[in-house]
Amino acid sequence: MSLKINLKEIALKKPLILSGHRLCAGCGASIIVRQVLSVLRGPTILVNATGCLEVATTIYPYTSWQLPWIHNAFENAAATASGIEAGIKAMIRKGRYKYDHVDVICFAGDGGTYDIGIQALSGAFERGHDFLYILYDNEAYMNTGIQRSGGTPLGAATTTSPAGTVIPGKTEHKKPIADIAVAHRIPYVATATPAHWADLMRKVRKGIEVNGPAFIHAFSPCPRGWRTPAGKSIEIAKLAVDTCFFPLWECENGVWKLTDRSLAVARNPKLKKPIEEYLKPQGRFRHLFKPENRHVIKELQERVDRIWEDLLKRCENI
Amino acid sequence: MMVKQKVMGLSGDEAVAWAVKQCDVDMVAAYPITPQTIIVERFSEFVANGEVETEFVACESEHSALSACVGAAAVGARTFTATAANGLALMWEIVYIASSLRLPIVMAIVNRALSGPICIHCDHGDSMGCRDASWIQLYCEDAQEVYDTVIQAFRIGEHPKVQLPVMVMLDGFVLSHTLQNVKILPDEVVKEFVGVRKPVEVEIPYLGGKVPLVLDPEKPLTFGPLDLYNYYYEHKMQQHEAMENAREVIETINEEYSKISGRKYGNGLIETYGLEDAEIATIVLGSTAGTVRSVVKQLRKNGIKAGVLRLRTFRPFPAKEIVEALKNVKVIGVLDRSGPFGGYGAPVFLETRAIFYDEDPRPVIVNYVYGLGGRDMHPGLVKQVYDDLQKILETGKIERHIKFIGVRE
Repeated sequence: MSLKINLKEIALKKPLILSGHRLCAGCGASIIVRQVLSVLRGPTILVNATGCLEVATTIYPYTSWQLPWIHNAFENAAATASGIEAGIKAMIRKGRYKYDHVDVICFAGDGGTYDIGIQALSGAFERGHDFLYILYDNEAYMNTGIQRSGGTPLGAATTTSPAGTVIPGKTEHKKPIADIAVAHRIPYVATATPAHWADLMRKVRKGIEVNGPAFIHAFSPCPRGWRTPAGKSIEIAKLAVDTCFFPLWECENGVWKLTDRSLAVARNPKLKKPIEEYLKPQGRFRHLFKPENRHVIKELQERVDRIWEDLLKRCENI
Repeated sequence: MMVKQKVMGLSGDEAVAWAVKQCDVDMVAAYPITPQTIIVERFSEFVANGEVETEFVACESEHSALSACVGAAAVGARTFTATAANGLALMWEIVYIASSLRLPIVMAIVNRALSGPICIHCDHGDSMGCRDASWIQLYCEDAQEVYDTVIQAFRIGEHPKVQLPVMVMLDGFVLSHTLQNVKILPDEVVKEFVGVRKPVEVEIPYLGGKVPLVLDPEKPLTFGPLDLYNYYYEHKMQQHEAMENAREVIETINEEYSKISGRKYGNGLIETYGLEDAEIATIVLGSTAGTVRSVVKQLRKNGIKAGVLRLRTFRPFPAKEIVEALKNVKVIGVLDRSGPFGGYGAPVFLETRAIFYDEDPRPVIVNYVYGLGGRDMHPGLVKQVYDDLQKILETGKIERHIKFIGVRE
């Protein structure tokens, strides 16, 4: 079941997303997609919600995709995947389909998942379709120009939650989207980052292999929206994990486990870094370091600590 | 060759479910809304009893139901959904996407007034609202036609020269919930008539030539890319051309179907009564046509030269056929079961006026809005319309170009 990941072999594989797409340098989504596509099991169909990944890879008449790929709308990637899975199932049953099985993978951003797409996602989870949904979370509506979403963390400055003189960025916390997925009791939920690539690939393969819905919450640094240098994306993803702002875990059939660096942090708490180290390199949090806004950092730290403590209690492998 | 058919007492909704059952549909995705519910209930029973091999996806909304149809149709599956009023309004975004992706989805619309105020009864405001969405629109008069038209719809939409989704309209409650004797073709006859969906082939140079227009891992195509000012317009032109092609296909399939069933609906586009010598006539859609015809029959007995044209196909709009059928009529009343709300008239009226612009002599054309929110259009009201038309014919005077029939003013 578990896939052996050999970086050398993966590097030699024919890429399934071609270069020449218009995603920004340092975009987390493009790195995540490459990692995902290097661990496919067999024939696969991709569904993409409206967003950066969709617009930047398919400007007609060009396409970066070497796999069958469909973009329907913003909020309905999970519903579209439901139909693909169901339609194929019926055609296989009737003996008129050329494959025995096709894996279906959705890519959607935080807007298409936390906000406008959550109904379709929840419905598809409840109906139990066999598909893997990968959320690439860059924590705002980056495609439309950095507007806040349900995935934007407290204090982050976006174009609709600007750092003003009265209001210091977004006033609400990030929605616990992966917990919401777990609450549906689907077979597999995990978090991942492109910095922890082996962990991400192993989880993707597991998400493909389980029977039924799987959800991966992938942390996707966005230099343009986060006001960070293009070369820093992987470093920032590492800091998100080291500070426990974005812990790495998986929940397989109700069994929670910390993975990769987060497991190391759990076993050696001295490795846990303060949230400032994650916030500091990012322009979207710059205003929080002003004396009058320091309380937001404190609040963020408290939130991170509470979620981390909860996670430590849930995970069975520490 | 005509075959023996069994007669069943079915409501319009049940007639839809029966047709879908026989059409070898791969996936049905739907969400319940009155007065469409019987369609999905009956179909769920067929699934539960193993009478079909279809996957039934009971979605959490109409938006997702049509989205699922898009996904399934894109992998080559034959798909169906059904909705009404607010459900169609919720699907809106995907209605346009389905046609732009050229997916031959069939959707039954059980016509119902749009909220608000919330009302569950019939008018055509819902489907008329998406008349420019590049879906073929067929309006049925009775449950028999509903059954026949759903079967035809798969053939029309899947035709290589069309490749567009099709809406089959039936009036809420009047047809959806009213029992009628419906002649049902044998399963194998319908199966043969509709065949297996065969996706069209497209020339894709980088994949080495012709490939079927489906999501296939061996021949990977990109569906629904970002399409900007340098190509979007051409794609819209192709949709327009496909709509134009649909006219002939609708006629041919109406003809072909009559050979196995013995039933046809005019030429597939329009159906006429009494127009050979009519001086006054109406244009009407859906179940009201029956009432109008009975009134016309009576009027003709009394020596009034009345006629009626039932518009079966609203999209594509059969302009040539309407003009030809009404060329000797002097006063035309267009019956619209949807509101004008700030327009010069309601949808069918506007199109009718437009197509007669070049005619000489040009007939008088007036608009009668009726039946909003399920208000009954009884023979007395239809008679009022014809009396009005007769008065215009005799006096040449038009009081108002638009009148609201059967409403408290």
